[in-house]
Amino acid sequence: MLPFTLEKVTSVQAAIAAASSGRRFIAGGTTLIDLMREEVEQPAHLVDINALPLSEIRIEGSDLVIGALARMADVAAHAGVQRLQPLVAESLIEGASPQLRNMASIGGNLLQRVRCPYFRMHDAPCNKRTPNSGCAAIDGLNAGHAILGTSNHCVATHPSDVAVALVALDATMQVRGPRGERTFPVEELFRLPGDTPHLEHTLLPGELILAVRIPGGPDSRRARYLKVRDRASYEFALVSAAAALDVEDGVIRQARLAVGGVGTRPWRLRMVEKALIGKAPDRKIFETAARLALEGARPLSGNHYKLELLPRTIVRALEMTGEAA
Amino acid sequence: MTTNVIGSPLQRVDGRAKVTGAARYAADFNQGGQAYAVIVGATVGLGRVTGIETAPVEKMPGVVAVITHRNAPRLPYAPHKSYIDPATGERLHVLQDDQVRFYGQPVAIVVADTLDQAERAAAALRIAYTAERPLVDPADPKARPVVPEAGKQPDARLPADTARGNADSALADAPVKVDEIYEIARENHNPMEPHATVAAWNGNRLTLWSKSQFVVNEQAEIAAVFGLPPENIQVICPFIGGAFGTSLRTWAHVTLAAMAARQVGRPVKLVLTRKQMFFMTGHRPRTLQRMALGATADGKLTSIVHEGTGETSRYEEFMEALTSVTSFLYSTPNVRTRYRLLPLDIGTPNHMRGPGEASGVFALECAVDELSYKLGIDPIDLRRRNEPAIDESENKPFSSRSLMKCHDLAAERFGWSRRLPEPRSMRDGRLLVGMGVASASYPAFHAPANARARLLPDGTAEVEVAASDMGPGTYTSMTQVAAETLGLPVERVRFSLGRSDYPPAPSHGGSWTMASVGSAIRAACIAVQEEAAKRPRDGRPIEATASAQRDPDVAARFSMHSFGAVFAEVAVDPDVGTIRLRRAAGAYGIGRVVNPRLARSQCIGGMIGGMGMALMERTVLDPRDGRPVNAHMADYLLPVNLDVPQLEAHFVEEIDPHVNALGVKGLGEIALVGMAPAIANAVFHATGKRVRSLPIRIEDVLTV
Repeated sequence: MLPFTLEKVTSVQAAIAAASSGRRFIAGGTTLIDLMREEVEQPAHLVDINALPLSEIRIEGSDLVIGALARMADVAAHAGVQRLQPLVAESLIEGASPQLRNMASIGGNLLQRVRCPYFRMHDAPCNKRTPNSGCAAIDGLNAGHAILGTSNHCVATHPSDVAVALVALDATMQVRGPRGERTFPVEELFRLPGDTPHLEHTLLPGELILAVRIPGGPDSRRARYLKVRDRASYEFALVSAAAALDVEDGVIRQARLAVGGVGTRPWRLRMVEKALIGKAPDRKIFETAARLALEGARPLSGNHYKLELLPRTIVRALEMTGEAA
Repeated sequence: MTTNVIGSPLQRVDGRAKVTGAARYAADFNQGGQAYAVIVGATVGLGRVTGIETAPVEKMPGVVAVITHRNAPRLPYAPHKSYIDPATGERLHVLQDDQVRFYGQPVAIVVADTLDQAERAAAALRIAYTAERPLVDPADPKARPVVPEAGKQPDARLPADTARGNADSALADAPVKVDEIYEIARENHNPMEPHATVAAWNGNRLTLWSKSQFVVNEQAEIAAVFGLPPENIQVICPFIGGAFGTSLRTWAHVTLAAMAARQVGRPVKLVLTRKQMFFMTGHRPRTLQRMALGATADGKLTSIVHEGTGETSRYEEFMEALTSVTSFLYSTPNVRTRYRLLPLDIGTPNHMRGPGEASGVFALECAVDELSYKLGIDPIDLRRRNEPAIDESENKPFSSRSLMKCHDLAAERFGWSRRLPEPRSMRDGRLLVGMGVASASYPAFHAPANARARLLPDGTAEVEVAASDMGPGTYTSMTQVAAETLGLPVERVRFSLGRSDYPPAPSHGGSWTMASVGSAIRAACIAVQEEAAKRPRDGRPIEATASAQRDPDVAARFSMHSFGAVFAEVAVDPDVGTIRLRRAAGAYGIGRVVNPRLARSQCIGGMIGGMGMALMERTVLDPRDGRPVNAHMADYLLPVNLDVPQLEAHFVEEIDPHVNALGVKGLGEIALVGMAPAIANAVFHATGKRVRSLPIRIEDVLTV
C-alpha cells in the first residue's frame, strides 16, 4: 500500500472543499482500501467523510430518502425501507457479506469499482486501470463479464446489486459540489465504457453524494430482486434482476425492470417493460417479453450462457413479484 | 484407574487457547530485530529473466536486500526426497537460474525493515523477460501424456498399469455398458492460515517457525538444501490454521526465508499472500478420466476399465492414487487401470485431502450410478450385488469392511426409501429435488512413529511427538490415548507436538496420524509405566521413548481400508439453474472412534470440502500466460456458511483387530471422498442431466 494522508471532515462544505483540490472521499472503505492494498487505487490524500450527517433514512410522503452514508446493513434492516421498498432491502441483503454490509455506505456502493480480475492485476493490460493499455478480458477468461453495453475497450460488469434496484425504481440522487446542488436519476450516474472505460460515473470534480431518493409507486410493494449465483452469499451476480409490477384487474398497468451481471452499468430494460404493460401477468407473456432483453447482446467467448440465463432470470423475477418475499 | 477415555467426546484441550488467541501460529513468532521478506513472482508463464533493475529498489526506504538469481548464494541442494515428495524429478531450485517454469515462480525476494517497505519495494521491482506461451491446459492436444516413472514397476505403490482378467474384451461383450469421460477442475487448498516462515540463524544453526504438517521433514529438507547437518535445524510449529495437505511439502518460500535471513544477518519473516498460495504451494491436479463399466442385465459387473490422467509440472512427476480404489471396491473378474501424467508449465501439484481417491472415486461412483439407471436397479442394491468377499486385486481378506453396513445405516437415517427412482420426478414446490448416493474408500495407512512419555513427581505426565495438528484435534485425541494408557485423568496429561527435536513422526496427512502417532504414544506410555515399575520412587521424573509400527506379517495378510457411504439431497431451480445442497448424511466404518465429537467435526469438514469440489471449487488458468485468474477468496468459490445445510456423520460399530493396537483406521480423507459423486448423482436425479465435469455450476444445468 502506498503512503497516504487521511483528513477527517465534519462538514459537507469542508468535504467538498477538500475534494475540489483533488482529494478522494473515503466512507466505508470496503472497495477503496481493498484496491489500495493492491495498489490499483493510489490516492495520495483521503478525506474521511464518515462524520458527516448523511446517515439518515427518512420517509417523505411516499418517498424514501436514504443518506449517502447510511450503511447497507442499516438500510436493509430499516422497517420503513422494508415496508415501502422491499426491493431495496432485498437487493442489499443479496449484496456482499454481512461484514461488508456493516461497513459499506450506500453512496460508496454505487461508486464501487468493477470485479474484473484483470483490473486488479498490474501485470495484465486493463484500460480501466491504465488507459490505453488494452483489455485482457476480451480475449481472456470472461465468464463473468458483460454482454450488454460493452465496447472494444472494456467488458466489465457493474458489480452493485442495490444500484440495479435503484435504477429499476427510478431513484434520483442529490449531490452537492463546488457549484452547488443538483439532482438527477441514479441511472445517469453510470457511464458506458466506450473508449474511456476509466471514466465510470458522471459526478463532477468535488461533488459529494448527499442522498438517494426513491419515489414510492403502486408497484413498490410488488417488487422483487433475484440474484443468480453459484453460492448463496459473497459472490457477484451471474445475472440479477430487479422487477416491479403494478397489476390491476389482472392487467399489468406499470412494469419496471433492471438487470445486473450482464451490463457494463445497471441495465434498465424499457423494451421489456413496454411489452408487459397492458398484458396479463402470466408466464407466457413474461417469456415473450424477456427475449427482448437480448436486443444488442454481444456474448464473449466465455459467457454465452448468459444469453440463456438472462431471460430466465427476468421471467423468474417477474413471477416472484406475485409471490411473498 | 481411568478408563473409557478413548471413545469419549472430550472437548478440544486446545480450544480455549485457539479462541482466546493464545495459540501461536507460525507468523506469530516475531523475533527481535526481524526484517520482512516479500517474494516477487514471475509475470510470465514460461521463459527467462533477462534483466532486473535492482539498483533503484535497493535505494528505497528501509530496503535491506534484493535477492535474485544473480546474487543469490548457490545452494548445495543435496539430494533429499521424502515419501511426500514426487519420486521422480527434482524440486524447484529457487533463485538458482534465470528460467521461469510457471507463472508466479519466485524470481526475486525483497527484504526490508517493515512489511510495508518490503511490499512497496517488491511492487517497484522491474524485471524483463523473454516469454513463450506456456502449456497449461491438460485438455490441449499438445499436452503429451507420459507413463509415470515411479509407476512402471508392477510392484510400485501406484502402478501405472494394472490388469486382472481381460477387461477390454469383457467390456466389449457386456450386455450393458457405461463408458464415459469425467473431468475435475484444478483445486487449491485455501486454508485460512497462509503459509508463513520466520527464520533465525545463530551461527550455523537455524530455527524455523514455519507452518508445516511434517516438521521433521522440513528440518531434513532445509538441511539438505543448505548442506547442513539436520541437527543444526530446528523447526517449530505448534499450531496450524488448516492445511488440507498444502503444508506437507516444504515449498520454496521456506528456503527463501532462510536464505534471506542468512543474507541480511537478521531474523526474517515471510508470509505468503493469498494470491501466492494459488501457484506456489501445490494444488489438487486437474484430472481427466475414462471410466467404463460392463455388466450383465441383472447387474453383475463383468468389467471395469479406468484410464486416469493427472496434470503435473515439467520438473516433477506428482502421482496420486487416482485409479487405486477401482480394483477392489467391487467384485468383478476383469479390471484394467491405467494412470498417466500430463507434464505442463505449472507448479507441481500436491496432495489435497483425499488425494487421488477423491478424484478416482468420483468417476467410479458416478459411472456406477449411471449403470444403475441403465439397469433399472436401485443404486444401493447394485452395489450390494457387487460387494466382494475379499480384496480381489490382492486376493486377501479385508481386515474389516463395513461398506454395506454403512449404506444401510446412512440410507435409513437419510430416508433413501422416500426417493422416487425416476430422474426429475421429485419436486418441492417449483424446485427439482434429487437424491444421490456414493461409496467412499481410503486406505488405512500406518507409518512408523516415535513418542516420549514422562511421569513427573507431581503425578502428571508429559508426552511429546514431532507430530502436527492441522485441525482434526490431534492434541485432544492423543491426550486421550495417553491418559487411558497411563490410567490418568486427561487433565493430568500434557501432550506437546510440532517440534523437530521431539521423537519423529510421519507426515500429518494420509489419515494415518491417529494410527501411527497414537500407537507410538500408547507404546511410550506402556514403556514408561514399565520403567516406573522397575525403579524406586525417588522424586525424579521417569522417562521412556518408544516406537510403533504395523506388524509386517499382519500387513501382508490383510487389505486394510476405511469404507463409507454418502447420501446427498439437492434442489435445483428449474428456471435459473441454482443448485443447492439441502442435506447430506454419511456413515463410515473407520474402526474405533477415539473421540466422537472430533470425528463428527472432522467428517463435516470433509463433507464441506467434497461439496466445494462438487459445486464450486475451480482454479482457472489463463491459457495465454498460465496465471490463475481467480486467485482471490472472492473469486475462488468455496462453500460459505449459508451454503452448508444439515450434515450428518454416523459411524458403524466396527472392531478391527488387525490394523493396529488401537484399532483405528483413519478418518480425515474418507470424510471428503464420496461427497462429490453423491452430489453429482443427486443433480442427475433432480434434473435428468448428467454432468461429468466438476464443479457442476449453474451454466451446466441450464439446458437439459
